[in-house]
Amino acid sequence: MPISLDSRIPDGDLADKWSNQQANFKLVSPNNKTKYKVIVIGSGLAGASAAATLAEQGYQVDCFSFNDSPRRAHSVAAQGGINAAKNYRNDGDSTYRLFYDTIKGGDFRSREANVYRLAEVSGQIIDHCVAQGIPFARDYAGYLDSRSFGGVQVSRTFYAKGQTGQQLLLGAYGALNRQIHLGKVRMFVRSEMLDVVVDKGVAQGIIVRNLVSGEVSRFNAHAVIIASGGYSNMFYLSTNALSSNVTATYRAYKQGALFANPAFTQIHPTCIPASGEHQSKLTLMSESLRNDGRIWVPAKQGDHRLPADIPHNERDYFLERRYPAFGNLVPRDIASRAVKQVCDKGLGVGPTGHGVYLDLADAIDSSGRDIIEERYGNLFEMYQRITSENPEKTPMRIYPAAHYTMGGLWVDYHLMSNIKGLFVIGEANFSDHGANRLGASALMQGLADGYFIVPSCVSHYLTEQKPQLVDTTSDSFNEIDQSVENRVADLLSIKGQHSADYFHRKLGQLMWDNCGMARSEKGLRKALDEIPKLSEQFWQQLKITGCGKELNFQLEKAGRVADFLEFSQLVCQDALHRSESCGGHFRQESQNAEGEALRNDDDFSYVAAWQFKSGKSNHQPEPATLHKEPLRHEAVAPDQRSYK
Amino acid sequence: MANYRVNIWRQDQTEKQGRFEQYRVEDISEDMSFLEMLDVLNEKLISDDLVPVAFDHDCREGICGACGLVINGIPHGKECGTTTCQLYMRHFTADTEITIEPFRAQAFPLIKDLMVDRSSLDRVLQSGGYVSVHTGAAADANNVLIAKHKADDAFTAATCIGCGACVAVCRNASGMLFVAAKTSQLALLPQGQPERLERSLSMVKQMQDEGFGNCSNHYECEAACPKNIPASYIAQLNRDFLNASMTSKEYESQTHCKSLEE
Repeated sequence: MPISLDSRIPDGDLADKWSNQQANFKLVSPNNKTKYKVIVIGSGLAGASAAATLAEQGYQVDCFSFNDSPRRAHSVAAQGGINAAKNYRNDGDSTYRLFYDTIKGGDFRSREANVYRLAEVSGQIIDHCVAQGIPFARDYAGYLDSRSFGGVQVSRTFYAKGQTGQQLLLGAYGALNRQIHLGKVRMFVRSEMLDVVVDKGVAQGIIVRNLVSGEVSRFNAHAVIIASGGYSNMFYLSTNALSSNVTATYRAYKQGALFANPAFTQIHPTCIPASGEHQSKLTLMSESLRNDGRIWVPAKQGDHRLPADIPHNERDYFLERRYPAFGNLVPRDIASRAVKQVCDKGLGVGPTGHGVYLDLADAIDSSGRDIIEERYGNLFEMYQRITSENPEKTPMRIYPAAHYTMGGLWVDYHLMSNIKGLFVIGEANFSDHGANRLGASALMQGLADGYFIVPSCVSHYLTEQKPQLVDTTSDSFNEIDQSVENRVADLLSIKGQHSADYFHRKLGQLMWDNCGMARSEKGLRKALDEIPKLSEQFWQQLKITGCGKELNFQLEKAGRVADFLEFSQLVCQDALHRSESCGGHFRQESQNAEGEALRNDDDFSYVAAWQFKSGKSNHQPEPATLHKEPLRHEAVAPDQRSYK
Repeated sequence: MANYRVNIWRQDQTEKQGRFEQYRVEDISEDMSFLEMLDVLNEKLISDDLVPVAFDHDCREGICGACGLVINGIPHGKECGTTTCQLYMRHFTADTEITIEPFRAQAFPLIKDLMVDRSSLDRVLQSGGYVSVHTGAAADANNVLIAKHKADDAFTAATCIGCGACVAVCRNASGMLFVAAKTSQLALLPQGQPERLERSLSMVKQMQDEGFGNCSNHYECEAACPKNIPASYIAQLNRDFLNASMTSKEYESQTHCKSLEE
């Protein structure tokens, strides 16, 4: 099947593209909408908002979540806020500036048209969320409050204390609940998509395993929307929820969807450092803390005094020193790398040496304890519960952790993958954040895609589809259903000696060491050599107790780890081929004299979209085939990204 | 490093009656979370060819609301304002016994071991826990001003994570704090006013239909809530419910008012 990488970007000036596109969208008449069925996989910000909005419009929607309730989706954990170009502060913000900041923040590796549209609809998201009754922070006059985030010089981040993701998700979940109550959405919880059914390049449905009964069943639809989130859990330790996984997007990739820029992963600078081997996840401390917190390490190696005993002139406020213009609010990729560099020099603090101080003492002195508590109280409590230290008395210790993945399934301007009728939204797609995402932009993108963009794109697509559905007993369904059943049986039949977690931990360590914050050809080749061996061990030594026709979380986990084992090789392949540094992807071979990332626009100004190639065994694919979508920078000329 | 004896409720999906089983967990560091201690136990059970203990969990940072265990008789354990996943082993004395049970309530049927079905909470919210606004219909966000203290109060109510600890701790297995948190969030905001009274009626009705009990003012829910949501929101719900039942036409036609009188 030949691959077409037509991004379908509409004609016209950047600022007119989306309105032109909307004017040209074909519509399904209201009484025909009920004849069409759409499947949504995932119920986080993107999935819930898309499912609710499509149902409001009249389509039949089936929505799937592996959690016990849509409200558990990991969007719930986003802390700091959501960006919108409202310019309520009169501080010079505009649609263009949000667009520009996002393009620059992404190190000129995203599509201009998509990013401009994102900035354009950002304001509407806030309007809609306020109308839903989301209790955003307000000032004493009753107006919406906003704050600043990394990589920008305006205050455009709207927030609800440190729980913005939770509040926005509950809003989308409310909208979804309304449609469930009206009978427009059928919600399937504790149900995991294990494959997508594609026939002749068109998505026809999905195969789902009920996680309580173990039953595998088939669902057909006119369009399938994947909103399954990101894949940071390939590092084992990440800020993601424990069940977040790559299965939905990786299965779609194996069915022919292209995977774009998989090596673009974001390491978040401010997380609580790991305390030991038992660690099951890492906890983020919101980037908003960098509004008031100052990051530092002792200036001298081996300085083991208590932080309060180290005088100011014997501290290195390394972000403020290196990046005076943005200081502690540099973008995440730059902050993370700077933290790694000081720790690699042996200046790190805490029992492991993998930590730097995030200090709020100066802010408490200047703004007062009450104000600081009001802003960050819940984060302080969270920190104290985990570490048993009080951040108002002693500085927090933080270290970078895998957090977000900019890479994802390739989509065109309509958010449709190269498989017809397979749409991909939210973190699961690749489109808006380039090589680095700015803080508070994930919530914006998830909701922009779900509420405002994908519903009209799906409608447009459905105008060309006949109302008849492909029968779930067709050959295409039979074949893929059988392969899902076989795989479950294969996993159960190994009867080795190690749990899935054992392999996941090993994979995570390999990826963190060789494909984490700093990558080199040597390290990546090593990972590409080691992972297939680990994968082979997995398929020989995996142990699952219990059976498949019941609730069996070991089986769920094993399926996800098996996909991570294959997928991580694709990530390394992409990281190896992109020998430039850009955004979160830092190649040690490509840096300037000051240790800053060195981009190579001549050779790498493109989206790397990878096509699956099967190998001799089911579990060990051949290296993927690369397709390039050139990036055209018409509105913003790429320059060396500087925050100094 | 400490050792513990843990008594865990085990019940297979096919069994009508479960039982406690005791296990020994060893070399537990004080920096481990409670769920990481269970991870260690499960790894050991798997290596002994036994079926590991099933429990719900996901974000492990206290916000998704998936985890919920009754630990030594108290939902989420005895630490105040803490979810099970944010509970650390430093709070448990070495060489003691720890008893772990699922959340028990008629409206939470058991699935397996420590895992229960809390979809009744979802259905209560489906019956009216939202503002019925269509995507695209909203006016500019700053058109309607909201006093800061009202917005803050609504936020406090809105922090409910839907874990069900309030139900599990209540002698009536009442869902009142859960329902009140949602109705109060919306009742405190101008956007929630048009549907305010109908919302309180429909959500209370659904709560009763799901088999949750009513409130008899013991305030155990407030003490068990990992987000410290105050029980005073229940008073707000009661006022709205009373107001609605006296003024709403919907209420007269609802059959459940009969059962309330009985």
